[in-house]
Amino acid sequence: MAANLSTQVQGGVGVTEPGISHEEHLHHDDHHHDQHWLFKYVFSTDHKVIAKQFLITGIFWAILGGTLSSLFRLQLGWPEATMEWLTPVFGKWIEAGKLSPDFYLALVTMHGTIMVFFVLTAGLSGTFSNFLIPLQVGARDMASGFMNMLSYWFFFVSGIIMFSSMFIETGPASAGWTIYPPLSALPQAIPGSGMGMTMWLVSMALFIVSQLLGGVNYITTVINLRTRGMSMSKLPLTIWSFFLTAVLGLLSFPVLFSAALLLIFDRSFGTSFFLSDIYIAGQALNHTGGSPVLFQHLFWFLGHPEVYIVIMPAMGMVSEILATNARKPIFGYRAMIGSLLGISLLSFVVWAHHMFVTGMNPFLGSVFMFLTLIIAVPSAVKTFNWLATLWRGNIRFTTAMLFSIGFVSLFISGGLTGIILGNAALDIQMHNTYFVVAHFHLVMGSSAFFGLFAGVYHWFPKMFGRMMDEKLGYIHFWLTFIGVYLVFMPMHYVGIAGFPRRYYAWTGFDSFSQFADLNKFISIAAILAFFAQFVFIFNFFYSIFRGRRATENPWRSTTLEWTTPLHPGHGNWPGEIPAVYRWPYDYSKPGAEEDFIPQNVPFSKTQSSNLPYESEME
Amino acid sequence: MTALGILLVLVLLLVVFGLLFRLQILTSIFSGSSARDFGMSNRVNAVLMILFMVIGGAAFAWSFGDNFNKMNPPIASVHGHATERMFWTTMIIIGIVFVLTQVALFVYSYKYQHKEGRRAYFFPHNNKIEIIWTVIPAIVMAGLVFAGWKEWTRITGPAPKDSVVLEVMGKQFNWLVRYPGTDQKLGVVNYRLIDATNEFGFDLTDKSGLDDFIAGEIHVPKGHPVLLKIRSRDVLHAVYMPHFRVQMYAVPGMPTKFWFTPTKTTDEMRAQLGNPKFNYELACNQICGRGHFAMKLNIVVDEPDDYVAWYAQQKSFSEQNPDVLASFKQKEEKLVVKEAAAAVATPATKASL
Repeated sequence: MAANLSTQVQGGVGVTEPGISHEEHLHHDDHHHDQHWLFKYVFSTDHKVIAKQFLITGIFWAILGGTLSSLFRLQLGWPEATMEWLTPVFGKWIEAGKLSPDFYLALVTMHGTIMVFFVLTAGLSGTFSNFLIPLQVGARDMASGFMNMLSYWFFFVSGIIMFSSMFIETGPASAGWTIYPPLSALPQAIPGSGMGMTMWLVSMALFIVSQLLGGVNYITTVINLRTRGMSMSKLPLTIWSFFLTAVLGLLSFPVLFSAALLLIFDRSFGTSFFLSDIYIAGQALNHTGGSPVLFQHLFWFLGHPEVYIVIMPAMGMVSEILATNARKPIFGYRAMIGSLLGISLLSFVVWAHHMFVTGMNPFLGSVFMFLTLIIAVPSAVKTFNWLATLWRGNIRFTTAMLFSIGFVSLFISGGLTGIILGNAALDIQMHNTYFVVAHFHLVMGSSAFFGLFAGVYHWFPKMFGRMMDEKLGYIHFWLTFIGVYLVFMPMHYVGIAGFPRRYYAWTGFDSFSQFADLNKFISIAAILAFFAQFVFIFNFFYSIFRGRRATENPWRSTTLEWTTPLHPGHGNWPGEIPAVYRWPYDYSKPGAEEDFIPQNVPFSKTQSSNLPYESEME
Repeated sequence: MTALGILLVLVLLLVVFGLLFRLQILTSIFSGSSARDFGMSNRVNAVLMILFMVIGGAAFAWSFGDNFNKMNPPIASVHGHATERMFWTTMIIIGIVFVLTQVALFVYSYKYQHKEGRRAYFFPHNNKIEIIWTVIPAIVMAGLVFAGWKEWTRITGPAPKDSVVLEVMGKQFNWLVRYPGTDQKLGVVNYRLIDATNEFGFDLTDKSGLDDFIAGEIHVPKGHPVLLKIRSRDVLHAVYMPHFRVQMYAVPGMPTKFWFTPTKTTDEMRAQLGNPKFNYELACNQICGRGHFAMKLNIVVDEPDDYVAWYAQQKSFSEQNPDVLASFKQKEEKLVVKEAAAAVATPATKASL
């Protein structure tokens, strides 16, 4: 029986890499030394290299996105100050010693677009889904290495276009990251809606292609290429979350694509999907019968699942890291999967809570309020399970663990205010204020960033064979954690007072001018927190080359990636892929010698710790 | 030149930092402290967790209390009192959950820090606990949804028949206000008729538009329901009136509405706040371009008598712009002639068909 199964596994390998025989797998490393560096490091089909490409590109975008936010925080903190000193860099975007309001809107738009799509979608999912799925399910590579490579290069080209759009004369897209038409459709309305918007749409279309190529791969790999014994109920929670994230992306990104396509039609070919009855720049336009609200429906049908696309991979990694470093099984493994499934399903039926006051029928508002508040239940279950995982653990504060605990804290703080915003009656006042900004920056922005950092610190030894410096990690964590709270907690006050978002200055309104000090405070905290990230950047690049050498399983973890050699070659395991016998969370099992039992250790070897029903299993 | 100098200094600083860092690592390896560090740094981080909770919690509580009065815009509408109550009730509920979960998180982190020789408690699942903490949030949510739904349907329900009606139209970058005049009916408008004088696009062939008047600011009577009819003529805008807890998008091609009942006149609010310069303000709250942040309109809440007096003083658009009215008269006459011609022509057309 066993022999029979192992031939099946080899058959499965054949499917992954057609034309490579079992013999060659044994000499995998040699095989790849011959490769031209261009195909080994640049146009690589190795999921580990592609993951690193996504990560480093993501870091580039994160620095850029952070820089943009520092610039507009300068404006918000010191609306009267001169910005003359920025003229050498930004030229005509500095008008009479001040940021031009158009430039301000371009900054917030690009900050949102970059952070949501390029950093927290591509940088997060792209890195860790790619890196961990084959390693943790026990596969030699993704189902299609070639498509996986294409996925990165589509993302790369999309990034080039978005980046170039920042240097054209009329400036990049400036209609907010949600690009609501008619503002985004009419160059007469704002200069950014000219060439900049066209480039935004083209870039996003390529980005969607990249996401779909990646997503199809992740799903196929998880379904088809699991190693022997790795049933769906033995998958680490990371894989469950990457898998469901890919499903969400696959079902929702095409809808954004359709919205972008229709917007391109309205902009360039005179159709009226989203435009109607418009008089602008001294001219009545011929568009009639379109609906701007239709665009919002299409946008948020992606946009809402998108926030879960951002947060779910972080949830999965945090679950894994909390269990590993608390030396305790994740509490309620099945409830965690169930809540992920619940969140995934519900995330498709809550989108219109972004639209309570956009003129949508109030009855629909009631329906979406009901559905929105249901989604709080699985989120609450996840939080309680994380807390229960820490309870009576034996916690090691690695940097990854600190960021995971920080994640839970931020997720609670940001998630709870969602209960207010999901309530249509309360959203009347809070909609589009800084309360919303504070809410989503905590619950999906900062939390997802914390998940990303936790993942990098935790899997760095597997990626580069070296450890990141823990002391710098601690400094990075505490500065960031404190910084994030100093920025976003006071932002709630500003929001409750009704300050609208995307305002260049609030000084024109008596109602909104009472928090000048607080805004200055937020700006200082934001800029300091941003500079704290350079501790990470230094640590990351320094450790790649000079970090302490890692051992094969530095965190004493149970999952399959730690059974590979220190520097796994293309194909991941030099010999046969290990088989899996148990779930991934056998930490501190009573009776076991060590405080962890890896997934590839059969029950027959752990008689002393087996539960009654396990003794009969292999 | 100075920029180059600054850059050079920064690079040098970076290099010095890198060297110091390297030196620190090497000394720690030679002194053998890197092996001992794990226990020490674990304790330090555990203590920092508690310190963060205590100091952070205290700072949050203090700053929240300190800013509490500033963060609540005074309420001036009937439904505003209801939503405000609901807002703070919800805040208290989530505040309790916030404190409980955060305290558990940090206290567990501290209490269950690594200890040599201790083993974590193997506790993979417990269905009873899972059910409890699924059901309790579900019940609380159900309560909040029900309260919110009741209020939401009341607020968005049909406006009372006797409401004062006015129209607010957003454009880049200001607000235009129109009242229906003596007949209480807003006249027909058409965006194709908009020009520099006829900013609303009045179609004055419609008789109910003849008495419509345009106002520089919004006047509404206290204690009387007001129905805002909201339009936009270019891009999206949003009517946001924080003191009245009113917000609704202005959508080109799709009129929207919102009704509310003001409870305090501007003078009463000035007296209450001790601020003689106070004004109710209407802000645009949906990104609409360069001047988005400056789209302000003042709202004046009058005593009902004052409102009636103000209303009676206003001159209609057609009266103020006789040339526009005249041009419509001309068009109408042409149209009549055309129609007459068409009427004559009709039998012939029919025949040809």
